[in-house]
Amino acid sequence: MDAPAHYFDWGFIHISYPNLLVIVLMIVLFGIALVAPFPHGSDRDV
Amino acid sequence: MSAFTQRMTQDEYYRGVRMAPYDLVKELGYALAGVAVLAVILAAAFSSPDVAPVTIAAWAQGDPVDFVTTATNELSGSTISTGYGNPYNTNASGQSWGPIAPVLWFGTRIPVDSATAFVIQPLKYASVGNTDLGTALSTWSGASSDQQAKWLKAYTDALGKATVKDGKVSVTDGDYGPLPTMMNNLLGVAQSGGLDGLLLVNGRFYQTDYTQGLLFMGDGTYLSGLAQQANLTGSQWGMMNETGQYPGQTWLWLYTAWYQVWPFTSQDGFLGLNAGNADLGIVILMTVLTAALALVPLIPILRDIPRWVPIHRLIWREYYTPKGKAAPRT
Amino acid sequence: MSEQTLETSNDRSWTFRTRQWVDRVLPMDHLLPHRQPYYVGSWVYVFGVVTIAALVWVVVSGVVLSFMGPQWWHDSSLGHFFNSLHFWSVQLFFLFMVLHLWGQYFMAGWRDGRAATWMIGVVIFAASILTAFTGYLSQQNFASQFIAVNAKDAMNAGGIGAFFNVLNFGQMYGLHIMLLPITVTFLVVVHIVMVRARGVVKPIGPEGGSAS
Repeated sequence: MDAPAHYFDWGFIHISYPNLLVIVLMIVLFGIALVAPFPHGSDRDV
Repeated sequence: MSAFTQRMTQDEYYRGVRMAPYDLVKELGYALAGVAVLAVILAAAFSSPDVAPVTIAAWAQGDPVDFVTTATNELSGSTISTGYGNPYNTNASGQSWGPIAPVLWFGTRIPVDSATAFVIQPLKYASVGNTDLGTALSTWSGASSDQQAKWLKAYTDALGKATVKDGKVSVTDGDYGPLPTMMNNLLGVAQSGGLDGLLLVNGRFYQTDYTQGLLFMGDGTYLSGLAQQANLTGSQWGMMNETGQYPGQTWLWLYTAWYQVWPFTSQDGFLGLNAGNADLGIVILMTVLTAALALVPLIPILRDIPRWVPIHRLIWREYYTPKGKAAPRT
Repeated sequence: MSEQTLETSNDRSWTFRTRQWVDRVLPMDHLLPHRQPYYVGSWVYVFGVVTIAALVWVVVSGVVLSFMGPQWWHDSSLGHFFNSLHFWSVQLFFLFMVLHLWGQYFMAGWRDGRAATWMIGVVIFAASILTAFTGYLSQQNFASQFIAVNAKDAMNAGGIGAFFNVLNFGQMYGLHIMLLPITVTFLVVVHIVMVRARGVVKPIGPEGGSAS
């Protein structure tokens, strides 16, 4: 893990792959959270 | 309803809204367990970065010519620290944007005289029992500033083509006065680790302030050269990068992004903001943007975007398109 | 004591009036409700509590590190493991905090009198960044050296470098293990109390909460 990271370059953007992974992961997680079904308790009033 | 107060009670607010069981404490329990498992797995699998610090000794051994050049430049006042200005000295006015110059507001609160602190004082310590060095120091301090300047210019020029022989920095013959003796002695102190100690301890015993050693290393190119290789410098989005293959401070992405774009990359810039006062300009800009983020509830358009973007319709899809569920009962 | 005397002495009692205020603003069944509105049914709602959980582990691992002193993790593999726990907990903390921010933004969680809750949240974000920054400066390794040498320019240009010396390990470490975590924790408690006092915001729309 101590070897230098590789970088992704696009225009002025210069980002390490680990950082890019974190950001992509966040977007993916947010997307999953939006669509994944959420377990519900009983629907009756308590 | 005011942005800050809600006059009704929760019972009134939720009147007519169907409630469902929701176990907050169990949720917290799951969250604590889940994050603990994740953290342990990540820590066990990937560890954490710990590249050993650079010492002045490593610098002096790894690049003796750069070390001696930097030390010489301290005496001639041409290093970053000597020409910095506040809070270390008054040799420059620092960054400003029109009349805004916060660097001047508080004065020289961390006084550092680079030439004395990094070069002369350590050499004085080293001259105990070393008559050659003692003589060289006397010659230096006894010379006029014109003479010192002549020696410095000649030696600095010669250092541009210096070589390393037997651990000493060797230059072509010339009139450099006591400088070669002084500098090669300083190099010896540095290579042995003595300068790391001297610049930290400063005549005391206990110390936790590394200002002097770090300023001195920052004046050379050894530390910054290693940083460049690790993509840590400002122009490489370095603020959000980490050594090795670890994620860095990704949350600093916007802060570091400004350093890569106009006007902060341009000498001319825009409205007085340019590469020369980029640090100040970006501090001001990020302060404004952070305040704007905090004040989103009060800012038109920014506070309306959530209404226009249908993400909330996914989050509350049960509310917007109830699937055959009974309408909310009172 | 007569009833009238009891009532007037209650009115003059700061303790009684404080308790009445707490009972009104945050009664126990608002602090720890066992039900939520039926529309609390999205995974987006869990990002806040996961952020809290990450903060708990940041603090716990940090306490262990500070107990053993700032050198420990460089010399001991157990120490390095605790540093790794601290490092990854911090990554998880920021990751989930930003997801929570995205969620609350798109839900316009500041509506219906909740603007202050949002604002405190942004202050927590900024305070967390500052806390993390002092932590990165406290590592006593190459990264902390270069971060210090580089960051001093921004601090100095902004004026605060005269008081906030990133090259001064003692100062940065002291802020990182004491003042700043206490500040973040205090603000998080205030934030949670504010959320519980008002309850979750209604959905955007005519029958839901206000549109803005």
